[in-house]
Amino acid sequence: MHTTYSHKAQLKVLKTPDATIVFKSSGNWTNNALVDANMILDQFCRTHHNVTIHWDMSNVENIDSAGVMLFINYYDLLKLNHCNIKVIGAKSEHEKMYRLLRKYTSKDTRKPADFYSVFLKPLDSIGKSSVAFILDITSFLAFVGENFVHLLYSLLHPRSIRFGAIVKNIEEAGLRAIPIVALTSFLIGVVIAYQGAVQLEKFGANIFIVDMIGISITRELSPLITAIVVAGRTGSSYTAQLGVMKLTEEIDAMRTMGFEPHRFLVLPRILALMISLPLLIFFADIIGIAAGMLISHLHLHISFTEFIHRLQSVLDIKHVWIGICKGPFFAWLIAAIGCYRGFQVSKSTESIGRYTTISVVNAIFLVIACDALFSVLLTELGI
Amino acid sequence: MSNTVIEVSDIVTRFGTNIVHDGANLSVRQGEIYGLLGGSGSGKTTLLKQMIMLLHPQSGEISVLGQKLSTISRTDSAILRRNWGVLFQSGALYSSLTVAENVGIKLREYTDLPLKLIQDIVRMKINMVGLPETAAELYPAELSGGMVKRAALARALVMDPALLFLDEPTSGLDPVGAEAFDNLILELREILDLTVVMVTHDLDSIWSIVDRFAVLGEKKVIAEGTLNEIIENPQPIVRQFFGGIRGRIRSQNGK
Ligand SMILES: Nc1ncnc2c1ncn2[C@@H]1O[C@H](COP(=O)(O)OP(=O)(O)OP(=O)(O)O)[C@@H](O)[C@H]1O
Ligand SMILES: [Mg+2]
Repeated sequence: MHTTYSHKAQLKVLKTPDATIVFKSSGNWTNNALVDANMILDQFCRTHHNVTIHWDMSNVENIDSAGVMLFINYYDLLKLNHCNIKVIGAKSEHEKMYRLLRKYTSKDTRKPADFYSVFLKPLDSIGKSSVAFILDITSFLAFVGENFVHLLYSLLHPRSIRFGAIVKNIEEAGLRAIPIVALTSFLIGVVIAYQGAVQLEKFGANIFIVDMIGISITRELSPLITAIVVAGRTGSSYTAQLGVMKLTEEIDAMRTMGFEPHRFLVLPRILALMISLPLLIFFADIIGIAAGMLISHLHLHISFTEFIHRLQSVLDIKHVWIGICKGPFFAWLIAAIGCYRGFQVSKSTESIGRYTTISVVNAIFLVIACDALFSVLLTELGI
Repeated sequence: MSNTVIEVSDIVTRFGTNIVHDGANLSVRQGEIYGLLGGSGSGKTTLLKQMIMLLHPQSGEISVLGQKLSTISRTDSAILRRNWGVLFQSGALYSSLTVAENVGIKLREYTDLPLKLIQDIVRMKINMVGLPETAAELYPAELSGGMVKRAALARALVMDPALLFLDEPTSGLDPVGAEAFDNLILELREILDLTVVMVTHDLDSIWSIVDRFAVLGEKKVIAEGTLNEIIENPQPIVRQFFGGIRGRIRSQNGK
């Protein structure tokens, strides 16, 4: 028979000659002493159906709600297995407690885990996340729509545009970003020049390094790298700023005073970034090419004048324009996502961190996807 | 019934130059519901926090369940902390956990009960404090003020503590909810042999469930005893407090 430590909850299962089973429980049925009793009962319920049980509670010393809950659980489960249960010898205070807790136990009797539910669970969660995804997209589209309405309104009523806020945001997102953009584009220029130099040297085609640097930097790399830096820097700060305002109910306060958050918070941010990003890209072009020029000089011994002369003849102005024109599109994506995620922040402190991360990840992904789309489109168009 | 569970003797509390308590004394007996009363800023919350070892008085001694808090050992204080439940004035639910997780966290950390049983206990406690079952999966940010109070009570009760500390449990509840809350406390006291220390301004609670209470004022406990003893107290602060209640008692007696 099963025996356990004296102070722990104990349950002895005794078989009597007339086929009734007697549960003799004793010890403390409290939350830190229930493990053994639970195991014995669990085993018993798996193997026994349709039996008559006398549950003797007379030797139970203390019982708390965990103990009563355990009793209730198995009592119900055994009943479900068509067992006939009689409880004997329960102390009156235990019975009182049972009655109190019984009153608050949920009515639904849960069956052991369904066979199908194991298979349906993955499908269920796939379905749920698909629905969440679609809802997310629709609400983003709704946000974009609302934003365009306000943009149109602003264009029709130019005096309602918050120029002060735009300038402040340009300073934050553009001016302050210059050092980090300079550093990254310089490094990218160095990397491209080095990688190219090693290959071109093999063919003695040193001078083609200029074509390579000029076109790849202006057309692809500097827009992309600048956008990624800005997404990490500005996109995240937009989400965090608006998120905190949402958390402290500042945004609600603005609404009640008739200050449309779209007009006061979102539009200035989007416009500011759409103005700054192309400028930053142009700046990154210069730094990247300068870095390439430096490396070509050091490594391939192409003089600066030679480099610039070659650059003028091979770098069509359209490449520079294409690169810069991507700027406003990327900027719109980054700023719109950043603001949208900021508005999604709910009241818990944790959600700011979560939505900031999501916003940066979304923005970088969309920037790259948008860039790929540009590549395909422009190539197909022969530009 | 009359052995002492909490003994506060001669405590002095200072925040910088602001003296909050200057020689306050009181004692709470086994199985009673003990109220702490006093004006705003009279140091009720501070006293409660000292009883649960969140703050320490500058001098004086507090003993809880026979342990002197100024010299208590680590293991003893761990045992004490398991044996009481605390409901903070603002709820203080963990904002990153759902209500069910908040309520069940002590069971999960301190016991090795199977998860399913923990969930059942949690659900039962949630029902018990009068929250709808759908609230279990919500985060604290999604609850109303009164629901936060209830969830925090469920969390305080989950281990069946011997001692329950409540800081203004019924403020923010509707009158019906407050009455149900009071009844629940009474019922639990009877069954679990709880000792309850509560800070309250709610005259209904004081009238209907508090056995004995202390009135804080002038940096001291200016009166301690049962309702009938205290309303006879001639001190002006006490009289201010119960000026209204006397009339109520008269009319109740008149019925
Ligand atoms: N951490 C602290 N630092 C400095 N002063 C404090 C601190 N906590 C409380 N106090 C001061 O102690 C005094 C008592 O505060 P306490 O919170 O105990 O009041 P209370 O009686 O609970 O009031 P209420 O009914 O408004 O909750 C107040 O004057 C308060 O300014
Ligand atoms: Mg207080």
